[in-house]
Amino acid sequence: MTVALVVVSHSEKIADGAAELAAQMAPDVSIFAAGGTPDGRLGTSLERVMAALEQASGLDGVVILADLGSAVMTAESALEFAGEPDGVLLADAPVVEGLVAAAVAAQGGADVHAVKRAAEAVYGSATGVPPSSSVVTVEEGSVTGAGPEFTGDFELINQAGMHARPAAKIAGGLASLDATVTVNGLDGTSMTALMTLAAGKGSVLHVEAWGHDAERAVNYVGGLVQAGFGEP
Amino acid sequence: MVLDTNWAVKWLTLCAQAMAEHRAWLIELDRAIGDSDHGENMDRGFQAVLDKLTEVTPETPGAALKLAAMTLISKVGGAAGPLYGTAFLRAAAALGDTLEVEPAVFAGALVAARDGIVARGKAEPGDKTMVDAWTPAAEAALIAAADGAGTVLEVLVAAAEAAEAGAAGTDPMVARKGRASYLGERSAGHRDPGAASSALILRAAVGAAA
Repeated sequence: MTVALVVVSHSEKIADGAAELAAQMAPDVSIFAAGGTPDGRLGTSLERVMAALEQASGLDGVVILADLGSAVMTAESALEFAGEPDGVLLADAPVVEGLVAAAVAAQGGADVHAVKRAAEAVYGSATGVPPSSSVVTVEEGSVTGAGPEFTGDFELINQAGMHARPAAKIAGGLASLDATVTVNGLDGTSMTALMTLAAGKGSVLHVEAWGHDAERAVNYVGGLVQAGFGEP
Repeated sequence: MVLDTNWAVKWLTLCAQAMAEHRAWLIELDRAIGDSDHGENMDRGFQAVLDKLTEVTPETPGAALKLAAMTLISKVGGAAGPLYGTAFLRAAAALGDTLEVEPAVFAGALVAARDGIVARGKAEPGDKTMVDAWTPAAEAALIAAADGAGTVLEVLVAAAEAAEAGAAGTDPMVARKGRASYLGERSAGHRDPGAASSALILRAAVGAAA
């Protein structure tokens, strides 16, 4: 499963820079930049967007991120010209944060819908609300107590604590599991949410998980934390 | 008069002429409430359509409009590119492969164009946008065509006059969409540049048929 990403910006530098930044977190994900106009002006180019979509086709779906209004319109127009292809989704998310979150989810093997959700979860990450409470409500019986199916508390032992790379590892892995996971009340599949925890060495991550892979999700986070994310 | 491929090509040619002639006026309108690039963008976009028409010879009116759609989205830049591109693309789809556009079909194409602009830009009538030109234009064309008595020229004229009145009607409006909406009340007293260029486009359709 490799979902590709296309970033559409008015500025070639923004598109290229966002792609470069996201690629650092997700080395195996194909990210195509479609920024600026072919004659070097600020603006969005249908040709560039369609070329990027063409390059991205053949993979397991594409998620598009676009900046200001007319970039969104150009991306929508490109999809209309292409006949609204299956598996190509436009995410409603801020370009930089959304792209990084999407890239991390794609790196973790998430499908195209999960990658789009990961990008869009960036908006809601500060609220502490899990991305989908529907997972909980599906199983009415077990929800009466409103408790998660699995929980775990893990103390951060690495020097740097929670920062971009550990957040990427946690979010990327969780995105590929069939579970709703919160870490200290925030969406565990959102890298940006995890980074807002600002949890240093010695802080405890409280993990709650629901869904088919709930146990694996808790163990996954626990394993990473206890291994210090492979860091000193 | 029939609305055939020659008419469609002439329409686009007259659009390019109108944008070149009114370039300074559109820039002035956009300077008042926007980022003053509308005249330049529309002029560049339609000049690119002209260039394209020297390379490619469309075989149907729909093909001509689709060529314009593609070129405008690519070359206009800003929001006007995808908005006009979508309008021409939807209109082209409504025309299909027809070689001679009937009055009712042209009216239907204007409705499709308007719906495309609304879908892409999420603006409603009264927001002080090009929708305020396209909505009355599409409605007037439908009415003129529905009477049955309407010749193609009458339908084109009805659309152009309604678009011009609609554009003038944006003068007192307070913008709720687009860059002008940042100005709030200060946007009142100026014509919306997109509505103005829309009226030019629909007036050019009349000129092409005359």
